[in-house]
Formats: sequence, C-alpha cells, structure tokens
Amino acid sequence: MKPLALIEAAVKKPVFGCQMCGQCVLHSTGMTCPMNCPKTLRNGPCGGVRPDGHCEVKPEMRCVWVKAVERAPRTPWAHELDDIRAPVDNRLWDTSSWANYVTKRDRVVPEGWRVET
Amino acid sequence: MSRLEEAVRAGRLVLTAELLTVDSGGLDAVHERFAPYEEWVDAVNATDNTAAHAHASPLAVAIALKQLGMEPVMQLVCRDRNRLALEAEIAGAALHGIENICCLTGDDVTAGDEPETRRVFDLDAIQLLVTASALAGGRYLSGRAIDPAPHLFLGAVENPAAPPVDHRVARALKKVRAGARFLQLQVGFEREPLERFMAQAVATGLAEQAAILPSICLVRSPKALRFVDERVPGISVPAELIARCESAADPEAECFEVACELADHALSLPGVRGLHLISFRREAGIARLCLRLGIATREEREMSGDRPRVVV
Repeated sequence: MKPLALIEAAVKKPVFGCQMCGQCVLHSTGMTCPMNCPKTLRNGPCGGVRPDGHCEVKPEMRCVWVKAVERAPRTPWAHELDDIRAPVDNRLWDTSSWANYVTKRDRVVPEGWRVET
Repeated sequence: MSRLEEAVRAGRLVLTAELLTVDSGGLDAVHERFAPYEEWVDAVNATDNTAAHAHASPLAVAIALKQLGMEPVMQLVCRDRNRLALEAEIAGAALHGIENICCLTGDDVTAGDEPETRRVFDLDAIQLLVTASALAGGRYLSGRAIDPAPHLFLGAVENPAAPPVDHRVARALKKVRAGARFLQLQVGFEREPLERFMAQAVATGLAEQAAILPSICLVRSPKALRFVDERVPGISVPAELIARCESAADPEAECFEVACELADHALSLPGVRGLHLISFRREAGIARLCLRLGIATREEREMSGDRPRVVV
C-alpha cells in the first residue's frame, strides 16, 4: 500500500472495519461499511437475515444492512441510502478512497452501466 | 414475448412453480418433475444451485424445459459466478430463446454441503439486474454491443419476513428500478409480514410496477416443516403451526391444509398478482392445491383473461 492508503487504513480499520476497497460508500450507508457483509452486498440486505437481525453467515454478527438502515436516517446523507451502487471495481482494492474521491476515479462505472433514476 | 410476460402484461392471474432440482436422468427426469402440474403454471423455475448445493445448471435445465414445451424462468444467483460468467449465462440463455431471468443474491456457501467453496458475489442481485437490463438494451457491461439485442423479461426475489422488514419494499423498488418486472417472494409461513409488505407495495406503487407472486411451500410432513425452519436461511416456521400439524390425526393432510390456507390468504391481499408454488416432494400437491382453490388451468385463464382476485 502507498503511504496515503496506509494512513487511511490506520484510521478507518479500527473504527469502521474498513476493508480498503478503495471506493468508499460509508457515508451513504449510515456509516456502516457494507464490505463487512460476508457477501459484500452494497445495495441492501440479502434475504437470509435472521429474525434477530443477525447475519445468515456469521450468526454472532448483526447484519451490516440492519445497522445501516437503522443509522442512515440520523446522517445528513439519508437520501442516498437507496441509491443503486455500481459493482466494485476490483482494481481499486488497497488504494486510498480519499485519493480516488478527489480524482473521481471511485465514481467511474462500466460504460454499459445504466440506471433509471 | 414470453408466455409469462404476456400473462403479466395482460393482467391475468400468474402461476409459477419451482422445479425440483435435477441431477441426472435426462429429459425424462425433467419432464416427470413438472408433468403433474403442467396444465396450471405459466412458467417453471430452473433453480441455480439451491441452498448452495450443486445440481444440473439452470441454463441446461431451462433449455431442457423449453425442449419439453414448458416455459422456463432461469434463476441466476451471484454466489457462484463472476460478472463475466453471469453475462455469458444470460446471453447463452437468450440464444436459446429463454427470456425470463430471475436474479438473486443467493444463499451463502455455508448453507450448502460444500461450505469450503470460495464464495464469489462479484455482483449483487441488483447489480445483476442492471447488467441483465444492459444486455437487453444491446450492451454488455463493458459497453460492447450485442446485435440484435436479446429480449428479456427480468424478475427478482424479496423476503418480506427478513429484517429490516420495513426496508424490504424499498429494496424491492430498487430491484424494479434495476429492471425487475416480476417478484417471486420468499416462502413465508406467517401472515403478518406478507400483509405488511403488500400494504406498503400497494401504497408505494411497487405492486403496479412488478407482478408480485408470494411463494407457497407444500410439504408432506411436520418434520419437513422443522427442516425448513432450522435449515433454510431466511425462513422461519411458527412453532404453533408445526405443533398443529404434528398433533393432527393425519399430519400429511394437515400440512396440505396449511398450504391451502396460506395460498388463499395470499390471493386475498390487494396487489397480489398470482403465486409461486414450491413443492419439496409431491408435485401432485400443486395440482391439488389449484383444484382446491378453484384456480383455472392456464389454458382457461388465457381464454377467459382470468384476473387476480383483488385488483388494485
């Protein structure tokens, strides 16, 4: 990892469990990192969430999307919760999402990606 | 246009069923699975490694269904394939005239009998829908052209009973924005989550934008109910219901009664456009359930333009 990515990881890993996907959407998902979902779902909870709100795969963990839906209304970005997020660009792992935000690299989507708004 | 799309567009009552998994036995094995309820359903789902257990691939089974004169719905889950493989599967299906594609996230590998498998989830269900919509619009995700563009009729699944329950309609609306035009709901054994989901679906307009088909699960024994409750992710069966079936004089008949009651209840809810029927063992149960509920055969529905019971 480059120095900026190392700093970002040092700050965000302990607080948000950051996985360094390099295309951070944390603010739009109630400050809950969707990359901590075992299925890395960026567009909402799967259908396997347990009745107690815990994860289908890791029963000891609360579903990240249950938390996201709970917390998002208390953030200034509540309106972004139901945005349709593009697939992860797997070339960006371990790069700094801060740098990718500034260069807008994190918002580059495949040419064929079209979403009705 | 597929038969399913036509039924949805015409506003007719829609019935789909889930084909029991196929491992071997050729076309005969596929045919014997849907033969008992052939007359009733508009289309049959070729499932994609259900509960993370390997079976004959959904594309292969969908082609077999088509060869046997049954309309397929090809399920695709995101667990086992990356985006390239998913796009290839959709293009391949379209090549064979398979238009109905149901896009799911998929149960995790830990639900299956090979939990050591690498899980993929390169896309999620919503991203898969957007990708399939791109293909139907004549483009791969990369933007590379497919000419002529395949005609597709896309669907998805939503689970009204899984937390966060009040977010499920919002998520289903995302799926509609991504291209879904039918929704086969996850099996539920409780009435309240479905009632709540349908009320919100009508209020938000979801029910108009996609044909919502609650799933009804037919089982033969209270033991099977227990299995579903304990082993299938996202489905719980109320203890009272299991107890009721266990203490009945004829447990098998009681399990059938439960399914009939749930189907009848689902059809009575505003916004419901039909049913998705799942029978774990006895496919004859699907035909019996249709007879019991007075559901006309597909041909009769096509002739009469039979409507859902409650029109919004």
